Amino acid sequence: MKLIKSVVRPNKVDDVRDALEKMNIPGMTVTEVRGHGRQKGHTAVYRGKEYNVSLLPKVEIEVVVPDAVAEEAIKAIIGAARTGEIGDGRVFVIPAEHSYNIRTGERDV
Amino acid sequence: MKGKAGVVGRLGLILTLLVFSFILRPAVVAAQDAAAPAVQAAASPAPAAAAAPAIDNTKVALDTIWVMITAFMVFFMNLGFAMVESGLCRQKNTVNILFKNFIVFAASSLAFLFVGWGVMFGDGNPFIGLQGIWFSAGADNSPMTGDAYQGVYHAIAWATVPFWAKFFFQLVFAGTAATIVSGAVAERIKFLSFFLFTFILVGAVYPIIGHWIWGGGFLATKGMFDFAGSTVVHSAGGWAALAGIIMLGPRLGKYKDGKVHPIMGHNMTSAALGVFVLWFGWFGFNPGSTMSADWASIAHIAATTNMAAAAASVTSLITIWMIAGKPDLSMTLNGCLAGLVAITAPCAFVSMSSAVLIGAIAGPLVVFAVLFFDKLKLDDPVGALSVHLANGVWGTLAVGLFADPTVTPAASVVKAGLFKGGGTAQLMPQIIGIVSVGAFVFTVSLVAWLVIKMLFGLRVSAQEEIEGLDFGEHGNAAYPDFQTVEPSEA
Repeated sequence: MKLIKSVVRPNKVDDVRDALEKMNIPGMTVTEVRGHGRQKGHTAVYRGKEYNVSLLPKVEIEVVVPDAVAEEAIKAIIGAARTGEIGDGRVFVIPAEHSYNIRTGERDV
Repeated sequence: MKGKAGVVGRLGLILTLLVFSFILRPAVVAAQDAAAPAVQAAASPAPAAAAAPAIDNTKVALDTIWVMITAFMVFFMNLGFAMVESGLCRQKNTVNILFKNFIVFAASSLAFLFVGWGVMFGDGNPFIGLQGIWFSAGADNSPMTGDAYQGVYHAIAWATVPFWAKFFFQLVFAGTAATIVSGAVAERIKFLSFFLFTFILVGAVYPIIGHWIWGGGFLATKGMFDFAGSTVVHSAGGWAALAGIIMLGPRLGKYKDGKVHPIMGHNMTSAALGVFVLWFGWFGFNPGSTMSADWASIAHIAATTNMAAAAASVTSLITIWMIAGKPDLSMTLNGCLAGLVAITAPCAFVSMSSAVLIGAIAGPLVVFAVLFFDKLKLDDPVGALSVHLANGVWGTLAVGLFADPTVTPAASVVKAGLFKGGGTAQLMPQIIGIVSVGAFVFTVSLVAWLVIKMLFGLRVSAQEEIEGLDFGEHGNAAYPDFQTVEPSEA
């Protein structure tokens, strides 16, 4: 199994969810996060003084998928979240050892 | 804990003194009650009273309704200030700022009843009212005016409204002066120290300078005019706030490495709501200051008030847009308030085009004042100095520049301003008024802040300031549901 963590633009969350739903990936966890990449944010002004917004709001989507569909899921996420502009985000892939259902206590296979 | 107990003990002492002062009350109340039957006798249309000037019941009724409704609108401005100030400060200090704005009107009400009204309008010398001070209970047969007036509040005997209408209208103004301070000292002052300062400001400082200008004092004699309080209310509040800011120092992190670090307000919705409420309230503040349903004056004043606010909003917008490259909402909101403060003194005395010009100058003035005070490292989270002090001074000066005795019935008292062919006849008293009020309020406030600092301390600890005054001063939070962990588990 793979844990796929994608940090995407907040307005792309629905597109990514739709794309993963089409692949019958059953669940996801979404977290509001802040971060920066190479651009180090941007500047803003308040009452005549400039300040740096170094950490921009993003949404992190976590899904755990079988190894066999990981490649396809990553492609779907990138396809759905991509605008081609700076700030589209990142996808991280991490091996997941096990996963359990808390209600039944069963271990997924 | 020992420190807290000491503070409560001292507060207890103050309360005890207040209770003692209550004992003095019955004697003076009797004096007022004795005057009351005289009013009723005069009010009844009995032919026997024909020798004495009879009361025009319709006029008194209309004037009273007008004064009361506008007073209620000025009361509503407390909400405006609460919303502006909490919106322009950080989330972690929201309970504290709302609380200060809330309690300030309660404290002002008591202080103004106990001594403020009497010091301001009581008969006395050119510097202070001396009669009818305690519990505002001096003799008074309002709404009698002129020679028929019998009582100890001669300075305001011209208003054809009952005593408590005069009192209530003046009370809500006193509350406004006090609430100006709370925004300027926000996010770092101890709740108790601010609370105590309110009593000093409304009980002593504000009424004394109010006596000078509205209570028949030496500035009134000199011919200074401040129609609705650019100086009495706004610059006085501003000077008191300036003294507080100097004593407190800036918020942590505002000025670092020779640079100004903006500290963003947490809720622009609140700030905009507050300014709309204040703009609305000002239609009570200025037109109500006629204290009579003088139809020609109140319509004119409502229009000048609005035009100055509109002009200042637009010119402050253009100014900040040119300086910062973006139209900044909070600065434009300050711009609107600046125009309202500036037109407060001249609203009844100037033509519509002068009102537009006064507002148009107030807009850039507030923007440059904000940048200027930041240069001096005077940290004013909501721009209260720039709005109330800078523009209170400007508005008072504007009377001397643009006054035209022909614009309204209420304007007949002023001399023509510098730009209306009157030379400096009206300008000089205005300048004397600005300087004497500034010197007095600033000095006395500085001493008051110093005494409070020695007794109770002024500033919260650095730790508390970082964690937020909501938790440190009040033990709770404005938006607990926005946290992912319940605060009760902490």
